[in-house]
Amino acid sequence: MDGLFEILGFAFMQRALAAGLLVALMSGLLGTFVVQRRLSFLGDGLAHAAFGGMGIGALAVVTFGVLDAGGGWLRHPLWVALPFALLTAFGIAYVRDRTDLSSDTAIGVFFAVAVALGVLAFSRIPPDVNLGFNVMDLLFGSILAVRTTELTAIAVAAVVVVTTLGFVWGRLAYATFDDELARTDGVRARRLEYLLFLLAAVVVAVSAVVVGIVLMAAYLVIPAAAARLWSRSLAGTSVRAVAIGMTTTLVGVIASFYLDAPTGSAIILTQAAVFVAAIVLRRR
Amino acid sequence: MKGSAPAAAGAGPAAAPFPAATTVPPRVPALHVHDVSVRFGDALVLDDVRFDLEPGHFLAIVGPNGAGKSTLVKVALGLITPQRGHAAIFGHDAGDAPERIGYVPQLKTFDRTFPATAVELVVSGIRRQWPVRVAQAERARAMAALVDVGAEGLADRPLARLSGGELQRAFLARALVREPDLVLLDEPATGVDFLAEHDLYDLLERYQARRGATVAMVTHDLAAARFHASRVLVLNRRLHGYGLPEDVLCDECLHEAFGHVGHRHAVAF
Ligand SMILES: Nc1ncnc2c1ncn2[C@@H]1O[C@H](COP(=O)(O)OP(=O)(O)O)[C@@H](O)[C@H]1O
Ligand SMILES: [Mg+2]
Repeated sequence: MDGLFEILGFAFMQRALAAGLLVALMSGLLGTFVVQRRLSFLGDGLAHAAFGGMGIGALAVVTFGVLDAGGGWLRHPLWVALPFALLTAFGIAYVRDRTDLSSDTAIGVFFAVAVALGVLAFSRIPPDVNLGFNVMDLLFGSILAVRTTELTAIAVAAVVVVTTLGFVWGRLAYATFDDELARTDGVRARRLEYLLFLLAAVVVAVSAVVVGIVLMAAYLVIPAAAARLWSRSLAGTSVRAVAIGMTTTLVGVIASFYLDAPTGSAIILTQAAVFVAAIVLRRR
Repeated sequence: MKGSAPAAAGAGPAAAPFPAATTVPPRVPALHVHDVSVRFGDALVLDDVRFDLEPGHFLAIVGPNGAGKSTLVKVALGLITPQRGHAAIFGHDAGDAPERIGYVPQLKTFDRTFPATAVELVVSGIRRQWPVRVAQAERARAMAALVDVGAEGLADRPLARLSGGELQRAFLARALVREPDLVLLDEPATGVDFLAEHDLYDLLERYQARRGATVAMVTHDLAAARFHASRVLVLNRRLHGYGLPEDVLCDECLHEAFGHVGHRHAVAF
């Protein structure tokens, strides 16, 4: 136990836990809707959009030579990744809204384009350039390397997500239950769907740096899916999704430190264990 | 068609010199459908449908499958904006007065994986939002509504575990809990196992008597329409008849409406 307090004393560990817990909070609240609306693929699509945005952002930073200029956090590729993910989210929602294509088809198309753009952009960056992060970190996350910049972005996103959901939860849940009934009661279901997609883009873009592109979708989906198996109400699902996300993050981060395992893997495997337990011990 | 208004007929509009006591104020129709045409792509689904439903009536809307009955209901709810014409509920544009309407949808493919109990569903009818948590007072109100429809035992059951008939009772409680002035039902009993139709009509008539409400219901059951409704509307894209059940539910009118779609069987009642 001494060891535990000791590692919690490290600043990098505190940042990692703070980032992880905030990501778990946002993902749990949003993931409940994502899972209930059968949009599990959305997290994946948006995470890859963020990857594309990161690539373009990194290339822009390199090309315009701002790398050695001052301005610190302003040159973070997140500033391209975020709008890029938002644009993608809007595009997916728009295609879903205006065509007969299903959302997974729309997501699949945007997903591929974003990855192609990202790969292209990264290929144009000379290998000896120090971006402040490496592409592997982007793919697999580096929660223990979270910087104050990223933590700040995550904290701001958390405030935005929690506040917005606080305002629209009842209506969004109503529209999730039944779009038509909600609309007969004056709920703007379309707009709420766009809003949900945009919020998901924010969460995914700011979190992907930390959790990694590959695992981001799991963060959004697994805790909410496990919580769903244990819950009889949507609000209950949300609360449990957040609790599961936070607990597994805590356990995963600490376990990865002791076992010298990649943090992202440790967290997701912990979440998967909870998911399996939820299936086995599910309420009948 | 306007002549089918109930009370207003005797009073006459020429009451101007003798105001007050003798004048019956003109009543705003519960449901006003004016010149409504709806098109989906190339298909003209509603063609110049117009009628007024005076408050207090029980209207049965009948017609073959694909006649546009659900479309008409959705126009009244403000879910579909017609290409031409408009609908109004108690003088409010469709969609502008949700609190005055209780809507019971056709038993549909709603998401059965949604974690919810019947009480929450009914409370959504009070709040017009999904409840984060159900307050004591709301629960009491929801329970009363469930008791009214004979579904008190369902209160805390997950919706996913309810049969079609039980579900329709819960939806009916959800519609009535807000004490609407107009109850709109879209084939509430079609394909449902236990909600015996006479039971449903009983419930609706009791509610109507208590609240002086108006009921408009799409139904397949012509016999029940003849027996319970005070107005019948026969629809097949166009309006084929509107008025008293005994006038409208004649073989000829029904043949005209049902004939060319080939639902002959519906005529035999
Ligand atoms: N959203 C829609 N898009 C295209 N066609 C529709 C839509 N809704 C209904 N229709 C078509 O309109 C016609 C009338 O449908 P509906 O009003 O549901 O009939 P009813 O309820 O009388 O059976 C049908 O042919 C149906 O296929
Ligand atoms: Mg119908």
